[in-house]
Amino acid sequence: MVSPDSLAQAEYKYGFVTDIEEETAPRGLTEDTIRWISAKKQEPEFMLEWRLRAFRHFLTLVEKEQSPKWANVHYPPINFADGVYYAAPKKDRPESLEDVDKELLDTYEKLGIPLEEQKRLAGVAVDAVFDSVSVATTFKETLSKQGIIFGSFNEAVQEHPELVRKYLGSVVPYTDNFYAALNSAVFSDGSFCYIPKGVRCPLELSTYFRINAAEAGQFERTLIIAEEGSYVSYLEGCSAPMRDTNQLHAAVVELVAMDNAEIKYSTIQNWYPGDENGVGGIYNFVTKRGKCAGNNSKISWTQVETGSAITWKYPSVLLQGDNSIGEFYSVALTRGYQQADTGTKMVHLGKNTRSKIISKGISAGHGQNTYRGLVKVMPRASDARNFTQCDSLLIGDQCGAHTSPYVEVQNSSAHLEHEAFTSRVSEEQLFYCQQRGMSAEDANSLIINGFCKEVFQQLPFEFAVEATRLLEVSLEGSVG
Amino acid sequence: MLEIRNLTASIGGNRVLNGVNLTVERGEVHAIMGPNGSGKSTLSNVLAGHPQYIVESGEAVLDGEDLLALPAEERARAGVFLCFQHPVEVPGVRLDQFLRAGYNAIHKSKGLEELDPLQFDRLLQGKAGIVNMEPSMLKRSVNDGFSGGEKKRNEILQMAMLEPRLSILDEPDSGLDVDSLRLVADGINQLRSPDRSVILITHYQRILNLVVPDVVNVLMGGRIVRTGGVELAEEIETEGYEGQDEVLQAQG
Repeated sequence: MVSPDSLAQAEYKYGFVTDIEEETAPRGLTEDTIRWISAKKQEPEFMLEWRLRAFRHFLTLVEKEQSPKWANVHYPPINFADGVYYAAPKKDRPESLEDVDKELLDTYEKLGIPLEEQKRLAGVAVDAVFDSVSVATTFKETLSKQGIIFGSFNEAVQEHPELVRKYLGSVVPYTDNFYAALNSAVFSDGSFCYIPKGVRCPLELSTYFRINAAEAGQFERTLIIAEEGSYVSYLEGCSAPMRDTNQLHAAVVELVAMDNAEIKYSTIQNWYPGDENGVGGIYNFVTKRGKCAGNNSKISWTQVETGSAITWKYPSVLLQGDNSIGEFYSVALTRGYQQADTGTKMVHLGKNTRSKIISKGISAGHGQNTYRGLVKVMPRASDARNFTQCDSLLIGDQCGAHTSPYVEVQNSSAHLEHEAFTSRVSEEQLFYCQQRGMSAEDANSLIINGFCKEVFQQLPFEFAVEATRLLEVSLEGSVG
Repeated sequence: MLEIRNLTASIGGNRVLNGVNLTVERGEVHAIMGPNGSGKSTLSNVLAGHPQYIVESGEAVLDGEDLLALPAEERARAGVFLCFQHPVEVPGVRLDQFLRAGYNAIHKSKGLEELDPLQFDRLLQGKAGIVNMEPSMLKRSVNDGFSGGEKKRNEILQMAMLEPRLSILDEPDSGLDVDSLRLVADGINQLRSPDRSVILITHYQRILNLVVPDVVNVLMGGRIVRTGGVELAEEIETEGYEGQDEVLQAQG
């Protein structure tokens, strides 16, 4: 039986702290901070200039108090001037994986992401980001044989400045929104990925983001470019120690798919959600957007959001090329006092473009879950099609589910479908499962996994297993 | 084997069972017949442990074990199976996975071996023939989009997989056409054994021509008012339920 009184906070298994000496930027946010970060990264001039432009824009937004207020999330004002915007292990990134600090290797091993050669996940190349820097990347050579560039953003700035210069901010300009402006000013590493023309990336590419430092926020940037006719599947995972203060994670992800290219981007988001009273946890304010720049290109977002105190993110697709396809599959779970305002934007620009949105929100405890989505069909986008399904599942009677679907159609040939339902795990379903011998907990997890199935099916196998397990762990104690 | 004494139960504040007494011996098939609202479904739900039904007094003992003290899943593990009158849909959960979860939970509780998907699949394919179920149905979501007949056959398949000591079949014949009824009845007959008892709840005599019971009970007004052999079912078929409770009062 579902009993809100018995709601307990499931244990957060990734809440440990790595004891390692870190260097941090001086507290505060001024042009000097930006220069300090850029100098730290030994960046070329164009990067510093771009950062400074972003920063000046950010300051105008702060002045006009233009942080986003429309989302259905509530938190005290953030004092940006008092933040720490960079933290990194003191030792430089070593040339070879064998020389990576043992503390760091142990950390990733504990997180289930072994980096050492013999223990690695088969078929998955990993870029490991620790606070503000990438500390290791596996399978780099294997990939480079096919011309694939995969590694830290900072490296890409050094080694492929022309690519970075061409694409940085081309999908999410720093003027896009408040947190995109902040990120553009202070970002410090993340992953960079370039798939040359006609190459089908033989491995899953993956970045694991770990916040460790107590006070610093994490501001990474990911840029993925899929040239004509290429394919890549990319995964990101993340976690953070348990702390009683809130930490800011404001990332930007940009994807570019050329003619006939396909990018599949999956996220398993497990940032620390705060304790049972809603104290602590990550503010996850992220801008993710893909551009189907070429004809017949496809970008597909899959996200499983179980962590963070507050989630504010809308992985979106600009469907610019004719016949391009955008997809968004999402499971968002809020429990305890978690708040999520998440969804997508599908902007149809090209002819005969298609988009599909499958959103599954699960609310338990005092969790508040909002689906917010926009389907926009521009005048030139004839015969655009969209299918949207957003379903909510409630566990207990203290939680909330909200949906805010927006539609803007400027071409009368568009065809849009929308389905939505809200349900509770019904007593009849539970009884049916229990009558077949299952415990109430197992029955719940079975029913909830069934609810999420369409989304989990999109994940690569190992990650679907991981997502299922994570959901189970997260919901432990949600039923009495 | 099953001993029900003076069982009184209610739902939503309404008393539906008014002192049911029933003894089912090992290997017996007991039919319980009764008109609408007589308490047939309440009896099956109370025995299986549906949380909405409140037991007010009385007892139900299965091989010495007090059933009413156990939560639903433990009753299932003790060998009680309810064939649902209205099987529940579980969207997104594949039938074979659902069945394996139940099967393994029961086996685990008994310290028996749990089966991996491959082993389980082999077993399930073997049993699916009992109710003539297409293998493709085993991969569909539980009862989701199943026809009335498919739902009932699925219930019988589950019974075949879980091999219960006591099966309570709540109107397995309701809403079935002749062909589906025959499949369901054949399934039930194949699962009859000297070790297993069956309570077959029905409104109509029709199924009792196909599954011949050892004992026929008539439930009216929340009590067993008459008990007899197959001739009692035939009597009801010709004369209806009207007057059955008066027979009891006349005897009483």
